[in-house]
Amino acid sequence: MGKRVGIIGVGQTHHASQRLDASGVELIAEAVTRALDDAEITIKDIDAVVIGNMDHFENINYVDMWAVDGLGAVIKPVFKVTTGGTTGTTIAACAFYTVASGLFDVVLAVGWEKNSESDTQAAIATCANPVLERDFFAGAIGPLATEYSMYMKAYGATEEDAAIVAARERNNALNNPYAHVRQAVTVEDVLKSPMLSYPIKFLDMCPRSDGACAVIFAVEEKAKKLCPRPAWIHASVVRHDYTHFGDLEWTFMPTLERASAEAYKLAGITNPLKEFDVAELYLPASTCGVKWMDSLWFCDHGEAPKLIRKGVFNMDGELPVNPSGGVICTNPIGATGLIRVGEAAWQIMGKAGPRQVENVRKALATGFGGCSWSDVMILGADLP
Amino acid sequence: MERVAIIGVSQTKYMQNNPLTFAELVYEVTTKALEDAGITVKEIDNVVSVSSDFWDGRTISSMAISDASGAFGKDITTVEGDGTFGALYGLMRTLSGSFNTTLVVAHHKGTESNMRGITNTAFDPLVERKLGLDAISSAALQARRYMTKYGLKEEQFALVSVKNHGNAKRNPLALFPMEITVEDVMNSRKIADPLKLLDCSPVTDGAAAIILATEHAAKKLVPPQKCVWVKGVGHCADAFRLGDRDLADTRALAAAAKRAYSMAGIQDPGREIDLAEVYDAFSYMEPLWLEGLGICPEGMACEHLERGRFDFTGQLPVNPSGGRLSSHPVQVAGLAEIAECALQLRGEAGDRQVEGAKTALAHGVNGMCGQAHCVWILGK
Repeated sequence: MGKRVGIIGVGQTHHASQRLDASGVELIAEAVTRALDDAEITIKDIDAVVIGNMDHFENINYVDMWAVDGLGAVIKPVFKVTTGGTTGTTIAACAFYTVASGLFDVVLAVGWEKNSESDTQAAIATCANPVLERDFFAGAIGPLATEYSMYMKAYGATEEDAAIVAARERNNALNNPYAHVRQAVTVEDVLKSPMLSYPIKFLDMCPRSDGACAVIFAVEEKAKKLCPRPAWIHASVVRHDYTHFGDLEWTFMPTLERASAEAYKLAGITNPLKEFDVAELYLPASTCGVKWMDSLWFCDHGEAPKLIRKGVFNMDGELPVNPSGGVICTNPIGATGLIRVGEAAWQIMGKAGPRQVENVRKALATGFGGCSWSDVMILGADLP
Repeated sequence: MERVAIIGVSQTKYMQNNPLTFAELVYEVTTKALEDAGITVKEIDNVVSVSSDFWDGRTISSMAISDASGAFGKDITTVEGDGTFGALYGLMRTLSGSFNTTLVVAHHKGTESNMRGITNTAFDPLVERKLGLDAISSAALQARRYMTKYGLKEEQFALVSVKNHGNAKRNPLALFPMEITVEDVMNSRKIADPLKLLDCSPVTDGAAAIILATEHAAKKLVPPQKCVWVKGVGHCADAFRLGDRDLADTRALAAAAKRAYSMAGIQDPGREIDLAEVYDAFSYMEPLWLEGLGICPEGMACEHLERGRFDFTGQLPVNPSGGRLSSHPVQVAGLAEIAECALQLRGEAGDRQVEGAKTALAHGVNGMCGQAHCVWILGK
């Protein structure tokens, strides 16, 4: 049936709060050119393209059509996928299925956002039901604040647990030349930063960035020929939840539990904490870096703070999480999930530079968005 | 390519100012497609939705339809663009080995939206948008270029509208079945020269769904007469800026069609295809795309149309459903075409049934003036 698929090249822009030097199409071209260089191929080797972003940020309809010059997609097959925050991992999944289908051999996946041109919160607010939920429960921060409040109440987790995660990720970003925010911070700095929505403070929360990411997926035969060490896709799983925020479960993350359980099954993972060598997780706030560790089956419900305080997820810990600095340091929204996949692939390919974890054989990447949706992708150094 | 079947299809009645929400439209077609296939939602492995945040006036518009499409606890994703592209991604997922069955569902409530504003945002924000370009004014430029290049007349385009509105009389789902003449089209209100009101499709509310299955799953789930097989598919994009294209040149469509034909083993599309549903958002588009599809030589489609070749009773009926000129639910359009072709190939198209249809073509468009195309060949 399906073909085996590997990642053979990754490129990303240098991300910033405002890239005045480049238009959206130029950001895309920057990422695409770097991915082609990384794979040591040319645009002629690309058989098909998939792109995604979130419409209401830049107000460009038919982004797949508008971006063809940056994508190198003139007289090439291209279409657009979009699912909100999960868009980046949706693009990765789309490229994976496009190759696995056997219809195309080498596929370019591109995610981008120029959030400096947007009113990000206003755009996100319109995802909520206009009659029932938009007025009082919309935007990115409110639902995240709610879920961590409920987790704190259920299991006694603290604001400091989240601050430890924030400091860890922000200091990791110092090793990532592409990161938007590169600033050394302490746990105290995080705790003292301005409150956004209790219990989430300024340094707990992701920024919004300008940037793009491109990842090249290839069918097994081509990947082996073109790349000395492809990052093979072992599983790609998505789980969505109900349509209304009010219907959701808040003390754990059901979609992440379901998606990761299915992905682990497909990839033959039985002890994720031991078997993964690195994880690039879509954690939009440091609080998610506490609560969602339970839902990835690293520990029982409520046990995450203990692992965090032991340093299990530090660069020198048992399972380094977000060596790149993660989403709280870089967040060009339509690209964010794809950056997770690209960073995980680089870790397997041994190309992660100063943030490289030693000898990565298996890597986990996730996406988050919508109404508490979860995407999970598992990559490996060995063929699946 | 391994064999993939369409095992169930459904469409809503197409109308304007439908009082239902778009989630309710999605629920309706999801339920009906399952009924058509004779399966339950449990047999659906994954869902591809087709929607647009612009038309829906809502960010992450797919979020609003996950319950309605039966996607809870399932793998779901969203394609933004024409329904043919959503179906294409559904086909890829079905072929990938990860899923046995895929529901593809598209919705559109354009009559709640501002068409000119929304299609204006498809143009370059710095230069072209300020000129007031939108779907209609850019189409007028394309129509004029097509006329100039091949010496065509407005009356020839009007004949497309006459034919398709006439065809719609046989389709109970169509919005505007009409008995009209070339004169009626010529006398209708000028919208953007050379396009008149009856050269333009009406923005329409509606939804459509199809269910795709691997050969193995199809044989297990439905009787053989329900199966319509995907024979070939191709997609391709042209340049973005109108000024970078010859608007009467259909090279992207030709490339997409070539790929679809080669997969389907079609050498002479004009003879081997029994019926075609072609994206006729404007009257002139039908002949232009028929040329790009290689069904007639460049500049000749209007002449073939005048000879009746594309009539319901002609050699190659085009848009027997009434086409987009009779009902145009934008994101849904191409998926509705695929559903129509499936009904034709099953012999279940009612009054609009094309006798003995064995091979059908569906064609969708993304972007302005047909910048990108997706071509499907379906067979019995």
